[in-house]
Amino acid sequence: MNSLRFLYAALAATALIHGGYLVSLFRRYSRLRRQMKDLGKGK
Amino acid sequence: MSSLRSITLATLTKDIRLEWRSRDAINSMLFFSLLVVVIFSFSFDPVAEESRHIVGGLVWIAFLFAAVVALNQTWARETRNQVLDAYRVSPAPANGLFLAKVLGNFIFVSLLEALMTPLFIIFYNLRALGPAWQLIPIAIFGTWALVVNGTFFAAMSLRMRSREIMLPLLLFPISIPALMGMVQATTAVLTGEESARFWIVLLLTYDVVFTTACLALFEAILHAE
Amino acid sequence: MKRAFPILAVLATLFVAYGFYLGLFVAPTERTMGDVQRIFYFHAPSGWTAFWLFFANLIASVVYLIWRNAKADALAVASAEVGVVFCTVVLVTGPLWARPVWGIWWTWDLRLTSTLVLWLIYVSYLVLRRFSDSAQTPVLAAVLAIFGALDVPLVYFSIWFFRTQHPQPVIGNGGSLDPSMRPAFWTNVAAFSCYGALLCWARYRVELMHREVEEGHALASLLDENSPDVEARPAHRGGPR
Repeated sequence: MNSLRFLYAALAATALIHGGYLVSLFRRYSRLRRQMKDLGKGK
Repeated sequence: MSSLRSITLATLTKDIRLEWRSRDAINSMLFFSLLVVVIFSFSFDPVAEESRHIVGGLVWIAFLFAAVVALNQTWARETRNQVLDAYRVSPAPANGLFLAKVLGNFIFVSLLEALMTPLFIIFYNLRALGPAWQLIPIAIFGTWALVVNGTFFAAMSLRMRSREIMLPLLLFPISIPALMGMVQATTAVLTGEESARFWIVLLLTYDVVFTTACLALFEAILHAE
Repeated sequence: MKRAFPILAVLATLFVAYGFYLGLFVAPTERTMGDVQRIFYFHAPSGWTAFWLFFANLIASVVYLIWRNAKADALAVASAEVGVVFCTVVLVTGPLWARPVWGIWWTWDLRLTSTLVLWLIYVSYLVLRRFSDSAQTPVLAAVLAIFGALDVPLVYFSIWFFRTQHPQPVIGNGGSLDPSMRPAFWTNVAAFSCYGALLCWARYRVELMHREVEEGHALASLLDENSPDVEARPAHRGGPR
């Protein structure tokens, strides 16, 4: 059924949106953890 | 209470006097609206009967953009020479300043609307099929809705980067129910197909709710450094 | 609490996976719409989660405005951001469901349009947080959140009336849900809500970390004026995360 295309598209879009957000959150987290370590070491 | 009234009046008369002498804002608003009217008139056939259904929206878009021009420079004068700081430390009620700015903007935008309406009537061959007198409360409540939130958000965006973009960005989403009310009410009156009463009541409700909110919260944002 | 996080994350993921399994495979196929209707099992729960999160944002904003509690402000940021993520999912999956079933991408559907306005308001909230440099950004943001909350009933009401004047198609299953579909639906609502809450908590923790780092940098540059580390001068940056 060609309307299933839309179901797959919706699933893909949901995965992309949540995945993208998780990736960005994780990157922010690792950057901050690195900065905290630097602050702890440096001073 | 008399202190509130005197502050409001004093600030309002000062703003009107300054604006009348320079006529900066009103000129740019007028010209901008004129351009919008002309450009929109190319997008549809003004003689056709169907155009009556979209004109309401076009008119309010033109007024909305013109209002943003006025709103953007509302606080410009106060940021120079630390006038705003002086207000903050003075015992004058903050709401006096806010009301004065809102009333000033309301007067300017209403003036613009009064000047532009004959142009719209001419360019779009407008003729109200419904009760035309209803257009007056629609204009008053609608303009107040735009101006009260617009003045508030203009004060909020004072210390932001890209101040001129922030104002419409903050104002438009919040104004959606009011914009819907203005456009639907105007269309209802122009086409005569339905009653504008609900929309006028909605606009009035919007005005009451947000004027109260602005007056309650203005002091908080005025002191935001 | 910190150590519980990985366990909770795994549990939430399993829960969501189970919800998807129910929605995509176990639930019965809708008679008229076909399998495309299964979008509903993650479209509507995302909407519920977004609303809870925005409601949390409102509470946090009011708490901040009254008591100036910094943690409340951090929660406000977190819930707004995660709420926008879920809201985006709703707005993308809605038209993808509407198009094959009702033949149109968009209409003045009550829930979809209210969701769009809510999305616009909260995106403007996030833009305000990003573009405002002042120390009082939390106050401005909290005020905007309150304005947004005041706006929502007015939006709903105006769209509702518009629809009575200009009848529009209803996107969605029209309110009533067949009993055989209810377990899948409610499981997904619970699963998405858990996942949303966890994501919000994670973002909240990241926000607290970010503030700690900024304070650390400010303190470091105050204590050591000769610091060669020019980057650790947050006062000169715009404040992006």
